[in-house]
Amino acid sequence: MTTRTLAVVSAGLSQPSSTRMLADKLADQTVARLKSEGIDTTVETFELRDVATDIMNHMLTGFPSPRLEAVIEAVTGADGLIAVTPIFTTSYSGLFKSFFDVIDSAALAEMPVLIGATAGTPRHSLALDYALRPMFTYLHAVVAPTGVFAATSDWGDAADSVKTLPARIDRAAGELAALMAASDRSTTVRDPFALDRPFGHLIGGLAGE
Amino acid sequence: MQFGIFTVSDITQNPTTGRTPTEHERITDVLTIAQHAEEVGLDVFALGEHHNPPFFSSSPTTTLAYIAAKTSTLQLSTATTLITTNDPVKIAEDFAMLQHVAGGRVDLMMGRGNTGPVYPWFGKDIRQGINLALENYALLHRLWREDFVDWEGQFRTPLQGFQSTPRPLDDVPPFVWHGSIRSPEIAEQAAYYGDGFFANHIFWPASHTQRMVALYRQRFEHYEHGTAEQAIVGLGGQVFMRKNSQDAVREFRPYFDNAPVYGHGPSLEEFTSQTPLTVGSPQEVIDKTLGFRDYVGDYQRQLFLMDHAGLPLKTVLEQLDLLGSEVVPVLRREFAKDRPAMVPDAPTHASLVEARNAAAAASSADSAPKGAAFGAAAVKGA
Repeated sequence: MTTRTLAVVSAGLSQPSSTRMLADKLADQTVARLKSEGIDTTVETFELRDVATDIMNHMLTGFPSPRLEAVIEAVTGADGLIAVTPIFTTSYSGLFKSFFDVIDSAALAEMPVLIGATAGTPRHSLALDYALRPMFTYLHAVVAPTGVFAATSDWGDAADSVKTLPARIDRAAGELAALMAASDRSTTVRDPFALDRPFGHLIGGLAGE
Repeated sequence: MQFGIFTVSDITQNPTTGRTPTEHERITDVLTIAQHAEEVGLDVFALGEHHNPPFFSSSPTTTLAYIAAKTSTLQLSTATTLITTNDPVKIAEDFAMLQHVAGGRVDLMMGRGNTGPVYPWFGKDIRQGINLALENYALLHRLWREDFVDWEGQFRTPLQGFQSTPRPLDDVPPFVWHGSIRSPEIAEQAAYYGDGFFANHIFWPASHTQRMVALYRQRFEHYEHGTAEQAIVGLGGQVFMRKNSQDAVREFRPYFDNAPVYGHGPSLEEFTSQTPLTVGSPQEVIDKTLGFRDYVGDYQRQLFLMDHAGLPLKTVLEQLDLLGSEVVPVLRREFAKDRPAMVPDAPTHASLVEARNAAAAASSADSAPKGAAFGAAAVKGA
């Protein structure tokens, strides 16, 4: 049976957190959609709170702690990524952005990504498309067309009853599953020391290569 | 194996007194530190290059020439010379001149620098950093080896029949190291020319240094300069010592906590466990430094950063005393053990002159008398 790995990153801060709840629902539905295509999925979920100090230390020193390095390796080596953040002051949280700031800017190229966000009111929903989506586009990731935003009301009786949260989750999960089914990122070997061009070309043919 | 110190020439406030030395004080302190390095039996002093405060060292060859005049055995080097933003013609001339006044006690380490605005200050584009390092060094390499150079490149005014002056001492260019933290292109460059590779190992985890050095060694062999074990490797390191380990930690902590590079980040304990920084007794420094060989192989040069983060002159000189009396003699003895005979020492002017003369003698022996007496010519004549 074909297998895929899915990394899930949640920048929620509280315990329990609605950001983590949304991340888990997106992951479960993506696994289900891949299953229906005959693909088994290994899910690895990371709470950025657990490595918050490591992220800031990396920013200050320029290198990751062993614990953070393991998270970065798992996230950048997956076949797909679900990235969910609370919206703070009209954008992703500083912790969420800092995590992606310390990852090598080429490490998420061609990564299928499903973006999600949570906030107190639906009025912040556009942050998905003016903040998260451009950030992943800059990183050359492939962002699924549907992002999922869950306001506090989506978890209760004031939820949207026409385009319901489960329906939005299913639509987004289907899009990510399709991208992941076509992705072979986790089986390709990435050499961090590979040169873009042979050295002879780098120095203008002097090396005779 | 060579042991020495390097300085980045930072002028940093002493966090325990709140006092910042003047430029002049710090410059004269570094001159004192360099001379003391020779007095305590170290082999190498290397000086950084910067073009912005809080650093003073914009003019390394001036500084090194003074130190050369005040010392007799100390090898003078750089950490690093900016191959990206300096004109390679000026580097060729400055360091050939330094070779003459220092009696050959000169090598240098190429680097790209870590201060973004230096590029535009010197009319360069940081996005071309690697390409500048490669093209400029290709020109520098020729200027020291060819009397008249015709040159056309992407980054510099063309040259027609240009001769850099003075010529290198004894027509032997200074040995060059290439320093890099994370660029495989620079390891490849060092390997291509058969030059040394210096991993500034401080501030970074050992696993990373291990991979970069392994790449350099493998490519050195690929370019047929020798086996991978014969490649010329140097490492940085940073230590603070007191007889009693706890005293070292207590005294160094405020300097660590406020240091420009890693201050206000990880704890001293986290940092020492993740990088080569050692704060403790001389024996702990010995143990950790000997461990470097386990992951880079037998190497040629170990430099320590001893004078940054606002440490006062008196403390730095005490550190050098400990390094020279208690640490380096043991390191010399232990690193010599089990070191294969085929692993070379770091090249010096004397060894490079000797190698050049040996190669010249071999090639002239190849041509004239042997051919006539024993070779094809002798058979033909008979």
